[in-house]
Amino acid sequence: MELKEKLLSSFMVFENKVDIDTYVHDVRTDAIKTFEEKGFPSKKEEAWKYTSLNKILKEDYSVFPKQENAIEYRDVKKYFIYDIDSYKIVFIDGKYSSHLSQTTHDGMDVCLMSAALSKPKYRLVIEHYFNKAATKDSLPALNTAFSSEGAYIHIPKNKLVEKPIQIIHFSTGNESATMLQPRNLIVVEENSHVQIIERHQSLTDNSVLTNSVTEIFAKKRAIVDYYKIQNDNSNASLIDNTFLKQKQESVCSVHTFAFGGKLTRNNLNFYQEGQRIDSILKGVTILGNKQHVDHNTLVHHIEPNCESHQDYKGIFGENSTGVFNGKIIVEKEAQKTNAFQSNNNILISDKATINTKPQLEIFADDVKCSHGCTIGQLDESAMFYMRSRGIPEKEAKALLMYAFSNDVMSSVKIPELKQRITKIIANKLGVNLGFDL
Amino acid sequence: MSKYTEDDLREELKTKEYEYGFYTDIESDTFPNGLNEGIVRAISQKKEEPEWMTEWRLEAFRIWKDMIEPEWANVHYEKPDFQGISYYSAPNSKPKYDSLDEVDPELLATFEKLGISLDEQKKLAGVAMDVVVDSVSVATTFKKTLGEKGIIFMSISEAIKEHPELVKKYIGTVVPQKDNFYAALNSAVFSDGSFCYIPKGVKCPMELSTYFRINQAGTGQFERTLVIADEGSYVSYLEGCTAPSRDENQLHAAVVELIALDDAEIKYSTVQNWYPGNAEGKGGVYNFVTKRGLCENNAKISWTQVETGSAVTWKYPSCILKGDNSVGEFYSIAVTNNYQQADTGTKMVHLGKNTKSTIISKGISAGKSQNSYRGLVQISSRAENARNFSQCDSLLMGNECGAHTFPYIEAKNKSAKIEHEATTSKIGEDQIFYCNQRGIDTEKAIALIVNGFSKEVLNKLPMEFAVEAQKLLEISLEGSVG
Repeated sequence: MELKEKLLSSFMVFENKVDIDTYVHDVRTDAIKTFEEKGFPSKKEEAWKYTSLNKILKEDYSVFPKQENAIEYRDVKKYFIYDIDSYKIVFIDGKYSSHLSQTTHDGMDVCLMSAALSKPKYRLVIEHYFNKAATKDSLPALNTAFSSEGAYIHIPKNKLVEKPIQIIHFSTGNESATMLQPRNLIVVEENSHVQIIERHQSLTDNSVLTNSVTEIFAKKRAIVDYYKIQNDNSNASLIDNTFLKQKQESVCSVHTFAFGGKLTRNNLNFYQEGQRIDSILKGVTILGNKQHVDHNTLVHHIEPNCESHQDYKGIFGENSTGVFNGKIIVEKEAQKTNAFQSNNNILISDKATINTKPQLEIFADDVKCSHGCTIGQLDESAMFYMRSRGIPEKEAKALLMYAFSNDVMSSVKIPELKQRITKIIANKLGVNLGFDL
Repeated sequence: MSKYTEDDLREELKTKEYEYGFYTDIESDTFPNGLNEGIVRAISQKKEEPEWMTEWRLEAFRIWKDMIEPEWANVHYEKPDFQGISYYSAPNSKPKYDSLDEVDPELLATFEKLGISLDEQKKLAGVAMDVVVDSVSVATTFKKTLGEKGIIFMSISEAIKEHPELVKKYIGTVVPQKDNFYAALNSAVFSDGSFCYIPKGVKCPMELSTYFRINQAGTGQFERTLVIADEGSYVSYLEGCTAPSRDENQLHAAVVELIALDDAEIKYSTVQNWYPGNAEGKGGVYNFVTKRGLCENNAKISWTQVETGSAVTWKYPSCILKGDNSVGEFYSIAVTNNYQQADTGTKMVHLGKNTKSTIISKGISAGKSQNSYRGLVQISSRAENARNFSQCDSLLMGNECGAHTFPYIEAKNKSAKIEHEATTSKIGEDQIFYCNQRGIDTEKAIALIVNGFSKEVLNKLPMEFAVEAQKLLEISLEGSVG
């Protein structure tokens, strides 16, 4: 049975299992209809021109995890940023693991989507925010239809969250192929500040397909820093749909570190619904093997006097493919917009491919918009300089690549996270530089 | 001097009718509307074409029948009714002229009005003109000078008769019949166009030039241009257009094929100023053109275009850099005003080693117009050391227009170096202020700034064209600053 049919037929079962008389029920029913109509996106669609889902959709995914699986903390410790104190929301095969998590209701909510969807006290928040930022595209709609679990974070006014929040999804691979659809909702009220780290990790080589949706609402003067670590193993595919709605004077940044996985697609959408907003989108992509990463970003400037900064760096080796499709829309009313986009790529193998399409759609005249895109190689004279001073080729290359990605790394605000990512990069490049950057 | 405000300027622009809008009343030999195999055959017969050409047209027609119109471009317009168009129209005077005296005086007057008096052109510019009015070539000058060098420059219908081996060998090799909807249509019904062959090692001593005009009401114009530069040769080719004011939309679907063999260089410049429709967006020419050049080893093709006219433009002059060390260039200025829509850009396909391409595109949008740049830079896996530089700048005037950029970049070789940058801006108030302060009025200041903005491209045009292009820019944009 094709995955689409399978999903459609399991929807009924799913709906009966969760409650059917809430507001969310209607949203889910609408969403499944949208998905039924549109189906999975194909390469014929402009937004999916360079990324084909055909191969990964062929697997026979189990749509609902059948059993609860437990894992020991010591086995998975390395996937946490363990050297700092943090809140943790951990899922194993889509099910919440209270054993590994550390949530709170003390003055703010760092808890579960399932609780938020079912408990009456969250009803107003859910009705106000749930599925209000996500688009009606087929994959977000599919997620909406099956939304039941994920992280729910609600930070009230004037709150500085001292500890970062880690959201980690493990898949145990107890079944040969699993499809996961986590759904996160994050609301940050006025003047509050939060840092969130998200990671998807499979523990075996069995196939996993994750279709995740995260909705983030940043109110007046809120600050949200979101970090995505994508370093999964070679049979895991991830479709990440993230939607951010920003109100005036808020500052939101999303850093995406894409190092792993078989196929990764990041749909990152920013909507600026107020004045003097700043949106920051940064990414480092380092790929090898037959990996495929597709960054699809949208920044929608709706109101005047806002800024956006995009900076994506990519290094592509072996048979890997990188795609960058960045779109900036500046509406007629959004005068004095300052939008900046840059995409730099290095190809280090003859078989690697990079497709990039930085796109501007501008309807206002008093704006400063620029985009730049480069594809190039490591600087030979720099290589020569280092090699003539006794640095081996591999290390010299790695050093240059570090330097190349440093623009993005330097804006990571959690030192421990930065160190960890540095280590992942060193690991990926197969070098030990003996120092932390 | 009374104060000349921006509103005045805008008003003047709105009321400024198309300056070159007039209609020459010449008896025309026009086919009935509609398109079928019979019409295709009739066109071919009318032009006394050999059998292989008729077959080639019919093949294209069969392909076209099964194709659908492309809709991916960022333009919106009422689809032309392809059965409501007459596919052939020729001035009814004698088909051939030996000298200018024999040409219909009314036609000559038309040229006079356009400022392209042939005599003047002959003397002053040293430009050989192959003037095309409604699809039939009526005058070819300087043929003798060119003939001495072995250069063949004639209408394509003559070339089909006189040099069938060349036409047969090269036609459709760069833009095949099945390339796209409009190219297929053109292949089936093309009425005339220019043919140019530069023999081995010859540097063409003058700028070759054609003027296209759409004259007969309701006739589509389907030009076919084929330029072949044999090994080591050089040619600079100019193409310019002005069309009379018409209320119904006119369709123009031309195909231009350039072939630069080893070590050859072709420079192709276009100034396009077709009727863009009036201030309400009524009327205007649809310009759906396929232009492509093929570069063999060490060859170079350079496209320069100034686009100020047409209601809808859909045009991507491209270079296929097949040979090693070949070079492709694209310099473009696209100006849109009122309700004009332009979706234009280029494709640079790097196949050979050490190939280089440069793209400079300047878009200026004013009024309620939409201006898009759509480009593709493709580096194939065999194209070692390919190099590309692209720059797309947009200038917006007023907040009712839009500027869009859709660059596609595909690299499959690690030695590729690609740079792309794009900016969007408006004319700075400080810039205008600076000029005002020094006694330059706002309108002049804008012309000055726009000229400076477009300089990189204007500089690439041959002298005669550069002057005309600058004038066109001013006419198209006068007072449209917001």
